[in-house]
Amino acid sequence: MNTIKFTAAAAAFALAGTAAFAETEITWWHAMGGNLGETVNKIAEGFNASQDEYKITPVFKGSYEETLTSGIAAFRAGEQPNIMQVFDAGSATVIGAQGATVPVQDLLSENGVDFDINDYIPGVRYFYADNQGKMIGMPFNSSSPVMYYNADALAAAGVEVPTTYEEFEEIAPKLKEAGYIPLVQTHLPWEFVENFHSRHNLPFATNANGYDGAEGTEILINSDEMKMHFTKVKEWLDEGYFGFFGTGWDDNQAQFEDGKAAMYIGSSGDFGGLTSKGMSFEWGSAYLPYWASITEEGYQTFIGGAALFAMSGKSAEENKATAEFFRYLTSPEVQYMWHRETGYVPVTTAAYELAKADGHYDRFPAAETGPKQLMLQAGENTRGYRMGFYVQIRDVENRELGRVLSGETTVEDALATIEKEGNELLARFAKTQG
Amino acid sequence: MKRAGFASRWLPILLLVPQLSIILVFFYWPAAYAVKSSFYLQDPFGFGQTFVGLENYSSLADSAEYLRVTNFTVVFTVLVTFFSLALALLLAVKADKVIRGAKSYRTLLMWVYAVAPPVAGYMGLLLFNQRWGPLTEFFNVFGWEFNLRADYFDTAFAMVVVSVWKQVPVNFIFFLSGLQSIPKSVREAALIDNRSASGRFWDVTFPLLAPTGFFLLIINITYALFDTFGVIDTLVKGEPANNPMTLVYKVYIDGFRGNDLGGSSAQSVVLMLLVLALTVFQFRMVEKRIHYT
Repeated sequence: MNTIKFTAAAAAFALAGTAAFAETEITWWHAMGGNLGETVNKIAEGFNASQDEYKITPVFKGSYEETLTSGIAAFRAGEQPNIMQVFDAGSATVIGAQGATVPVQDLLSENGVDFDINDYIPGVRYFYADNQGKMIGMPFNSSSPVMYYNADALAAAGVEVPTTYEEFEEIAPKLKEAGYIPLVQTHLPWEFVENFHSRHNLPFATNANGYDGAEGTEILINSDEMKMHFTKVKEWLDEGYFGFFGTGWDDNQAQFEDGKAAMYIGSSGDFGGLTSKGMSFEWGSAYLPYWASITEEGYQTFIGGAALFAMSGKSAEENKATAEFFRYLTSPEVQYMWHRETGYVPVTTAAYELAKADGHYDRFPAAETGPKQLMLQAGENTRGYRMGFYVQIRDVENRELGRVLSGETTVEDALATIEKEGNELLARFAKTQG
Repeated sequence: MKRAGFASRWLPILLLVPQLSIILVFFYWPAAYAVKSSFYLQDPFGFGQTFVGLENYSSLADSAEYLRVTNFTVVFTVLVTFFSLALALLLAVKADKVIRGAKSYRTLLMWVYAVAPPVAGYMGLLLFNQRWGPLTEFFNVFGWEFNLRADYFDTAFAMVVVSVWKQVPVNFIFFLSGLQSIPKSVREAALIDNRSASGRFWDVTFPLLAPTGFFLLIINITYALFDTFGVIDTLVKGEPANNPMTLVYKVYIDGFRGNDLGGSSAQSVVLMLLVLALTVFQFRMVEKRIHYT
């Protein structure tokens, strides 16, 4: 009798156990540390609380590069997470490895989640898409390069915020006279090379900026426009109109926070961090400048940051859970929360409209620059670029352009070297796909 | 005379198995895999690959950047090895003469030994900080606009200083024990023959320290080539750009940051050959000329 009772109780317990653990668990590897990581956890908790069928666990894996490398190692061992965050420069690697991921557009439509690429903000849409315009990775933390200014510094020098580099050249001497470093930047490849091409609608690589395939793609960096730009930047540096403090993002941004630099080109995603710094001066943000001599009106920029990729080799239930998470993530409320907390742009138009309706941009006008810049006029070269081994190409760009600024090489030699080494890397990447 | 031996010829093999299997799994297998990878260009996820023969090696030979990194590695290794050994020898000779409070001096000098390379690198980042580093400000007083991470030479300077600082204590310990093992009678005899302290040092003490010195030379070259990874990684914050780096750091940058498995494997093979050459040099060429007492 007792035995039967016990068995029945055990069976009931086991059943209850299965019911409690029936929720499908998925993992999400990301590279968001510090405050960003806390906001990521908040999104995950929100999703877990919003329903009881799925449970997502975010795991911080270090820097962007470290996250990609651990994801690759895990994939080769068959231990990949359901969702992996991959940054802009690594996107060719993960998208090129067809079969490593499930295209997010397929994942969503197979699992009954409505998807229309036109719901996404123009500058966001096609960066992580294939050459047919199918979205492969879900844009997550998206930002674009914008220019922040110290309003007190500009007022002290009696000048206005420049919209073009020509205007900048006019006001730079006055800012210098007022005791400021007129301009610094934070990421030479992203701000002065990649988005430079988008802002002026210039081709950055052959094969439709690399989207048409790795085979035969060549980088188009050794152009008159690039030569002109970096010759100017070097002149500014020598005149004291521009400051360069190495490749480290923070080392350059710190000059602005300290009140030493009057303007800095950074990420629209810096907004959250700058707000929390409580700097003693008034500041705001403006569009990334462009050269009026190249284009009469500036074009839209594309997004930097990273996207979420659904890794392949997972069960249908888990893929369903991933799709549901993406549905939650792209809902206007969650996007607005992410935008508000971090300064990254909302990826959908609906979320942007929600932020606007809520008065977010009346309270923080500087937060609107990023999304608005991504909605400027589009051109055939504004969707982004797709180049393999781009992490290494960026290293070459950083090295050679850094050497230009430290006077170790000339602009002509540096651009020729980047073109040569970049094309070698692209040719090597094409062979890895074979 | 009876030779000690094993009753069965399988027993010694059995006893060696754990050690051999560790070497096999953690050294020979990865090494063989690196050699194989160096002949391919492979998609990091493992979907596609192309056999390219020696192309990964020939592109290293043609690369101006690889040559630059090699040159820096040579200069860096020579500087770090020389200054680590010279400073440690100087300190050891002086510490050997101290009588009062000798232990405290020695402990203080050895202290740094406990600092891990990345921690040493972080301390370097603080000391050489662009905005408020005490050493940066010190150099500025003399008109040297020290700019860590923006200027190639300044970053190289910081790398050498931090790496030397980290390595001196190890050398110090060895040199000091080497000095203390020189018999008193030899020193006293030298004292009679030669009244000049520096003359006694170069004629008697230095040759007697040669075995220690040679051992340390090899240890220091290996340290400068490989163990300074942590110092370099922290000083360039994982992104060398126009700053110097060593060969082993480039393996990491291309392989782990850039996901170029073939190119990075070829570089590791080159480094393996270098270590092999160093070992052969150690055992064949120089050991014959050094007399151990």
